[in-house]
Amino acid sequence: MESLDLLLGGLGAALTPENLLYAAIGVILGTFVGVLPGIGPAMAVALLLPVTFGLNPTQSFIMFAGIYYGGMYGGSTTSILLNTPGESSSVMTAIEGNKMAKRGRAAQALATAAIGSFIAGTIGTLLVAFFAPTLADIGVDIGAPSYFAIIVLSMVLVTSVLGSSKLRGFISLFLGLTIGLVGLDLNTGQPRLDFDQPLLADRLDIVVVAVGIFALGEALWVAAHLRRRPLEIIPVGQPWMGKEDWRRSWKPWLRGTAIGFPFGAVPAGGAETPTFLSYIAERRLAKDGSEFGEGAIEGVAGPEAANNASAAGTFVPLLAMGIPVTATSAVMLAALTSYGIQPGPQLMDTQSDLVWTLLASLLIGNALLLVLNLPLAPVWAKLLSIPRPQLYAGILFFASLGAYAANLQAFDVFLLLVFGLLGLAMRRFGLPVLPLILGVILGPLGETRFREALTISGGEVSGLFDETLAVILYVIALLAILIPQVLGLIRRSRTNEKELVSR
Amino acid sequence: MSTIVVAYSPDEYGQVALARAVEEARLRDAGLLVVNGTRGDALVDEHFAHADQLAEIEQALATTGLPFEVRQTFGADVGDQVIEAAASSGAELIVIGVRRRTPVGKLLMGSVSQRVILGAECAVLAVKPD
Repeated sequence: MESLDLLLGGLGAALTPENLLYAAIGVILGTFVGVLPGIGPAMAVALLLPVTFGLNPTQSFIMFAGIYYGGMYGGSTTSILLNTPGESSSVMTAIEGNKMAKRGRAAQALATAAIGSFIAGTIGTLLVAFFAPTLADIGVDIGAPSYFAIIVLSMVLVTSVLGSSKLRGFISLFLGLTIGLVGLDLNTGQPRLDFDQPLLADRLDIVVVAVGIFALGEALWVAAHLRRRPLEIIPVGQPWMGKEDWRRSWKPWLRGTAIGFPFGAVPAGGAETPTFLSYIAERRLAKDGSEFGEGAIEGVAGPEAANNASAAGTFVPLLAMGIPVTATSAVMLAALTSYGIQPGPQLMDTQSDLVWTLLASLLIGNALLLVLNLPLAPVWAKLLSIPRPQLYAGILFFASLGAYAANLQAFDVFLLLVFGLLGLAMRRFGLPVLPLILGVILGPLGETRFREALTISGGEVSGLFDETLAVILYVIALLAILIPQVLGLIRRSRTNEKELVSR
Repeated sequence: MSTIVVAYSPDEYGQVALARAVEEARLRDAGLLVVNGTRGDALVDEHFAHADQLAEIEQALATTGLPFEVRQTFGADVGDQVIEAAASSGAELIVIGVRRRTPVGKLLMGSVSQRVILGAECAVLAVKPD
């Protein structure tokens, strides 16, 4: 019950007119970028990071929370109306949502997505309020070896679970870890990978890396594919739901929340897996399975709830352990450090005001989303007619401004260009972006813990396996890599047998 | 046989242009080339016809018995795409539906029709919806 009191206190702090204004701005910006495919919430948070330098931490986090949830919601609009998922987590929504829209039920699809997101986000945020303090209490007792193991585990899980190719994922992760090494060694003061540039020795600003990879990389990629056949959009009016739709939606909403939250809360990251699982579950549970694939409302309600619940869940490791598992929370963590706030298990104690206000503002942002998005859906659809040159010119402007404003160094703008080209190359060769950003952020965190563990053990490698928790985590990481491989081998040998038999 | 180019968009302007072009084609015993262009630089372009809209006008044109072709084009400027289609097919006439706009509106929004009227090498018939 203590959590509830603190949360109510947070609500009180967050419910000032000024803070509500920032929440509203965040939600609108978030939906704006979420609706546009290619521009995710991570990019929006990275772009807006410099804008918030003038705000106090609470206000900027209220805004970020709005952007995060808004971005998650906006993706569903594009999925349903255009069959183009704005976010990887809305891929499942597109399957049934677009079919519904084609059958003239776009309004109901949008409504079930919006209300489902609201319910899942609210339940998810409440769960965060109850789980994060408990986890943080445990987190304080965790030693350096286990902490390092958690970081290794989350890097392995995020890299191997996401995307189609593990090899590409790990290439991206190691690129990120290398970028994270640039600059002075935090322990010994030795310059690493600085190419004798004093400006590089200062370590790279995560904002410059994130904006370069996300914003500039995407802008260059879009410029390389400027003219494409326009997509067919399904016109939509006011979203609404009938009695039957409510009856069919509420169970999938709750089931989606139950599936989505744990996936966000475990440092396994990504909303792809839970949305997929939720879709499969709804399909199995449906009384009349034949409607699936033709536009079943359960197939929109479940995955949309799952994706928002997992978005909420990612705040558990972020707040309790200082470990980000999605690109957006990685950038938010960078924002936290730029305010001089040390993330980690102590955060809940040292910055409890900030944490509870943030959680409360997540609830407020969620409610605002519902209020704004149901009536504004046709307006958001209009955004899709903005010509790319104008849109990306604006993004490039904010990207350069942000990179320069971070340290007032012209050199950072040059770095922005370098990372932009890297981002373009990664998109060209199909490398996922998230592992790189995680590598840049988790790399130095992990290194510090690694060094600590080794110092305690006097340089003995066995010091890394001192704690039972650490060993368990390494085993899980190993299994996460090996099991899919083994399953793949079995499947392959089976199909080979079948082929032999059929011959 | 001569050709009449229609600058088509799936709205009332495209409709009147198409209707007028059919009349003209009957008078002149000409074929129709329907051009529907887009800059292709936005995710959604409401002036670009969907598959079912294309099927609809193809069906309507088939009932007229006139020889016709429907072409969808991409490029930096929709006006240039129409002019180019007219030049390459040796068209004798371009029919285009124009919007009523104030001078300020024209300054702000630019105009495909203006570009076609000024740039075309053949005659241009500008029609307006009632």
